[in-house]
Amino acid sequence: MLVEGITSRPVHGGIQVDLFARRHFFALEGEGALALLAQAPALDEAFFDRCEVLYAAADAAGRGYDEALARLKPDLFRQTPTVETLLFRLRGCLSRATMGTRLYVAGGEGFIGRCMNVAAGFGMDAGTVLTEHRGSAARRVQCVHCKGITEDVSESPFACSHCGLNLLVRDHYSKRLGAFQGVCIDAEEPVSASRTPEEVFQ
Amino acid sequence: MAIMFRQETFRDDFTYRNSPANIHRFPFPFDRDEYAYSVNIEPHVPGRKGTIYESLIDVDEHYVAEMADRALVLKEDPLRYQALPHMMQAQWDVLELLMEQQAAGYPEHFSLTRNGDRWRWINRPLGIDDTFTFGARETLPYEPLEYIGRQTQGDLCIVDQRDNNLWMDAGLVTTQADWSLDFDVGMNFMEWHGPVPLAHGMGIFDRALKFLLNLQLGQPVRRFNWTMTVNPRLDTSPENYHKWGRDRTTVTPVNVGRKVHLRVELQTLWRLPRSNAMLFVIRCYLMSMEELVTVPKWARRFHRVLKTLPQELVDYKGMTRYRDTTVEWLSRHDDGAPTSPGIWPD
Ligand code: HEM
Repeated sequence: MLVEGITSRPVHGGIQVDLFARRHFFALEGEGALALLAQAPALDEAFFDRCEVLYAAADAAGRGYDEALARLKPDLFRQTPTVETLLFRLRGCLSRATMGTRLYVAGGEGFIGRCMNVAAGFGMDAGTVLTEHRGSAARRVQCVHCKGITEDVSESPFACSHCGLNLLVRDHYSKRLGAFQGVCIDAEEPVSASRTPEEVFQ
Repeated sequence: MAIMFRQETFRDDFTYRNSPANIHRFPFPFDRDEYAYSVNIEPHVPGRKGTIYESLIDVDEHYVAEMADRALVLKEDPLRYQALPHMMQAQWDVLELLMEQQAAGYPEHFSLTRNGDRWRWINRPLGIDDTFTFGARETLPYEPLEYIGRQTQGDLCIVDQRDNNLWMDAGLVTTQADWSLDFDVGMNFMEWHGPVPLAHGMGIFDRALKFLLNLQLGQPVRRFNWTMTVNPRLDTSPENYHKWGRDRTTVTPVNVGRKVHLRVELQTLWRLPRSNAMLFVIRCYLMSMEELVTVPKWARRFHRVLKTLPQELVDYKGMTRYRDTTVEWLSRHDDGAPTSPGIWPD
């Protein structure tokens, strides 16, 4: 079974803004704020008039990214207390999105996955969402056995937070689920054998 | 001639066996003494009587038992059937194709009568006699792909064609070699082939995709794929891997002949008329090593193929723990004599 070097592994190409879009939705988490802030000097007021920015500070709380984003004066700026509540707002945004709307997602690997999963639920093609990885490499992983998703996985193997099986995290990635695949690592071994987890997705 | 359907199981007591006649028609996939990945695609045209190519959708003595096993899998895990909403028209295309092919190949077992949109489908082996309206979902007990998939040997994937790529947007998959439909649904050709070693670097998937995008209506194609399975288990899904994985540790020099099976997939690809999507049928055939060595040419050749198989493929196919034991056992059936070209028994 191939674990690494799998071509479905997502490539995050960056959130270079698409000036031809009529409306811009940004879903940003933590250090992901910098992905927009870095481009801001080159963007004008007319651009920000067409922007909606959702931001969850997460691990980057206290670094002032929220204030910096607010100073851009987007048409809508909403800081949410958690990623969960950001996703709730994102669903609201997408439910009234019109043709010509662009979605940009920047933040940790797991955050990007969760946003992609929400976008897929609105029939958005994964290829049209621009993504940028900033911050945590911890992964969102689907257990192939019980189908439960575990967030923020930084070790492999890890115990599935739903069924408890020891899962090896593969590079195989589903954009629809926004998740990597976790597969039982010790199915072919005597029950006594155990492996020490290693921190691999920092 | 009517097929004698066997009563057998693919789990628990594993009573699955091939009759001598069925061994003879087994699709042994190796036309030479070694194996490497290649774009092995050829036209899927009817072949000689008494071979699996006699009908384009092959039905054999395992039909009834396989359908019973599929029903069990679907009952435990309905996610083995998935279809994205835009695939409904393609589903009807598939239902039509599989009904037509099975009725044409086996009129004593299946019949399809059409009266405009009112269709009557009789499946005698499974005791089904249904009348429905083609195109009207509510006139069938399941969505069309699941309905006909519960009556067709082999896993079914429907791939949509757009943006110069193929997208796995529907499927009924219960006999797979360790890949998950639930995980792969919505992926494109390169993404779902992501876990395959070596082939990407060899350009095989680029060439295969290019070829498939031009697949023509009425000109289906086929290829073989193969792996090995311990015990004649159809449901070697990743979903249940934590239950069957241990089988791989149970092979011994004494039981290898009975336990280890060659698992061949006859894959056929069909352009669909209304939707322009494509049907990919993955028909699985299982044969134990004991059965395989009853054909001397196959015994010699498979021994050589397995012995020289690149380690990457041994690992990918999950054979690492029992390959050597199997090669050792097969060596007793290989006298070193040359083998004739082609896949058929001498
Ligand atoms: C549209 C039709 C096709 C579908 C739906 C399909 C699907 C798949 C899937 C799901 C896998 C398993 C990947 C995994 O390990 O997760 C696979 C493996 C593979 N596919 Fe395809 N495939 C298709 C056509 C082809 C074609 C035309 C080729 C020709 C070169 C090909 C070559 C392979 C090979 C070489 C493997 C590795 C199998 C092994 O070594 O056991 N596939 N395919």
